Amino acid sequence: MSRQPSPIAHTAREHDKGFGCVGARVLRLLCASLLCASVVLPPVLSAQQSDIRVTKVRDHFFMLTGAGGNVAALVFPQGITLVDSGRLEMSDKLLATLRTLSPLPIRYIINTSADPDHTGGNEKLGATGGQITGGNVAGQVADAGEGAEIIAHESVLDRMTAPSVKPPLPIRMTPGTTYHVEHLKLSTVYHGDGIELFSAPAAHTDGDTIVYFRKNDVLVAGDLFSTTSYPVIDVERGGGVNGEIDALNHILDIAFPDFRLEGGTLIVPGHGRLCDSADVAYYRDMVTIIRDRVQDQIKKGMTLDQVKASKPTKEYDGLYAGNGSAYTADMFVEAVYKSLSKNKAASPVRAPALAPKAAPAGKK
Amino acid sequence: MEPAGGGHRWRPHGSPTGSRPEQERMHKLIQCAVVGSALALVLGVRPAAAQVDFSGEWAPRFHEDQPERVPGPELGDYLGIPISEAARLRADNWEASIQTLPEWQCRPHSADYIWRGPSQLTIRKEEDPLTREIIAFHAEWLRSIDNTIYLDDRPHPSEDALHSWGGFATGKWEGDMLTVTVTHLKEGYVRRNGLPRSDRATVTEHWMRHGDFLTVVTIVNDPVYLTEPFIRSTDYELDLHQHVPPYPCEMVTEIERPRGTIPHHLPGTNTQVQEFSERYEIPFEATRGGAETSYPDYRKKLKQMPLPARTRPRIEAQ
Repeated sequence: MSRQPSPIAHTAREHDKGFGCVGARVLRLLCASLLCASVVLPPVLSAQQSDIRVTKVRDHFFMLTGAGGNVAALVFPQGITLVDSGRLEMSDKLLATLRTLSPLPIRYIINTSADPDHTGGNEKLGATGGQITGGNVAGQVADAGEGAEIIAHESVLDRMTAPSVKPPLPIRMTPGTTYHVEHLKLSTVYHGDGIELFSAPAAHTDGDTIVYFRKNDVLVAGDLFSTTSYPVIDVERGGGVNGEIDALNHILDIAFPDFRLEGGTLIVPGHGRLCDSADVAYYRDMVTIIRDRVQDQIKKGMTLDQVKASKPTKEYDGLYAGNGSAYTADMFVEAVYKSLSKNKAASPVRAPALAPKAAPAGKK
Repeated sequence: MEPAGGGHRWRPHGSPTGSRPEQERMHKLIQCAVVGSALALVLGVRPAAAQVDFSGEWAPRFHEDQPERVPGPELGDYLGIPISEAARLRADNWEASIQTLPEWQCRPHSADYIWRGPSQLTIRKEEDPLTREIIAFHAEWLRSIDNTIYLDDRPHPSEDALHSWGGFATGKWEGDMLTVTVTHLKEGYVRRNGLPRSDRATVTEHWMRHGDFLTVVTIVNDPVYLTEPFIRSTDYELDLHQHVPPYPCEMVTEIERPRGTIPHHLPGTNTQVQEFSERYEIPFEATRGGAETSYPDYRKKLKQMPLPARTRPRIEAQ
């Protein structure tokens, strides 16, 4: 039985598709040899712009790594739809990398959360593009088509525009379009795909969005899922471990594996490599097991320090701690403990978004 | 530069004009030299020619570690495996019922473990239709995925690429032996009793054919769950009477549970890990595995350890 093509595994002959007729193929082979540059393009493109790496997810869908949080880019005939925009200080490099993929304008930026490593490039990247609007309106309403449309859960807007954010963030950095319901559909024609936004309440924060591209069958998880660290559960900003587990199970509900639990729906994590549903299932198992342990310890009356000292994450630390993330196992355990402790529930007063200038690229 | 269509033929710099046949002969010589150089370059970068044909139908032979393979390993048997403390903890807290979850019902064995599975194996070769070079082997077992081993010198993908059960495998000939390098593996296991193998692991395989027998040595390096390379050999015999059928695995509800339930043992509560020691009267400390238990000298240490009291009926290996 042949396996379906996937981004890394397919028949060797499929790999050679696109060389055209036999004659042309031989000619290309000879030319390549003469140039001593017998390059067989790997499915994953090599680094294009310094620190930013491009991974081809589908024919017109890319994952950009190294600008902070992972950025997803869908290139369609009318422009580019982005999910997240990386760190502020990486905007120029990110934009330059995007320009190697397409000269088309950035039409939409969907933010999976208010985190500065996912929203930092909103203003700079957005300013280079423009949303699809206007027609007869353009010229009458001066700024109707200026700048990409930034879309997020309304909690993201609340966080980013909270009075306590000093100095206030530029308005072009904040979402201009928000939703507050469980599920929102974006139209295929204008956004390049039928895009579904699923709210994940009280998970990483209180404003997380799962972004699913139906035709491309790609899901962008934001910081609900990472291959390099434990999930950052920001209790101060409305996050919680049970919401995190619900969100991971929701991702598994949406995703379809292709064959024997691999391939099919491809999943772009907030940080780390390209994944599929099996990778999410492993992560869901890990978070649930640690949640159960801490819950049991809380029932036994153990203090936070006692729980930390018991190292409830120990056998997973080699996978999710010490990979360059500033988020440690202890921080994760503390967040789980706090979110499970009724007397330490999240503050009803909303904490602001984190400042847009933070750790160096690649760090959280 | 000559104007287009100027009627001048190219000739080597400094050569006499010469006659037309001489020019044509020279032209052909140069053409041959260019093509020859190109072919030499092509041949120079092509992979070494295949030494042995591994394609065919292969039946597993279970004379090595049979109890572990069929019916399967005992819970708590970590003997002889260079596991890390983290791996031991994960296995201790592992509950076999996790395999009933819909997400895991159709999980195949990964490339490193599938050789030790109970299933028959078919190996197909994929040829370039023009050059007839073998550009890949495809190894597939019953209930496995198609494990592709590329032989055309393609590079391994970047660290950001998708991982799979089969990983990304490339092969190089070393005489008659095919050495395979596997990267980009999904998380798997080194033994079917909860001992994990991480997605950071890489695997080296050595394929050797002696007549109708195939021996494959797998060497697993895992920076997270192994402290030393884990080496196993497995044998197969050519079998002309078998076929690997498709396996359309369907996920079903095997056990009704509240949504989100993940079967596992809380730390320190799994008494099942004692069973192997008690049933076979092996010192419990030895059953905990680790690199030390994989070396012959460990037998001397075993003799100094107290034996556990047998509290469970012994089950003889088949």
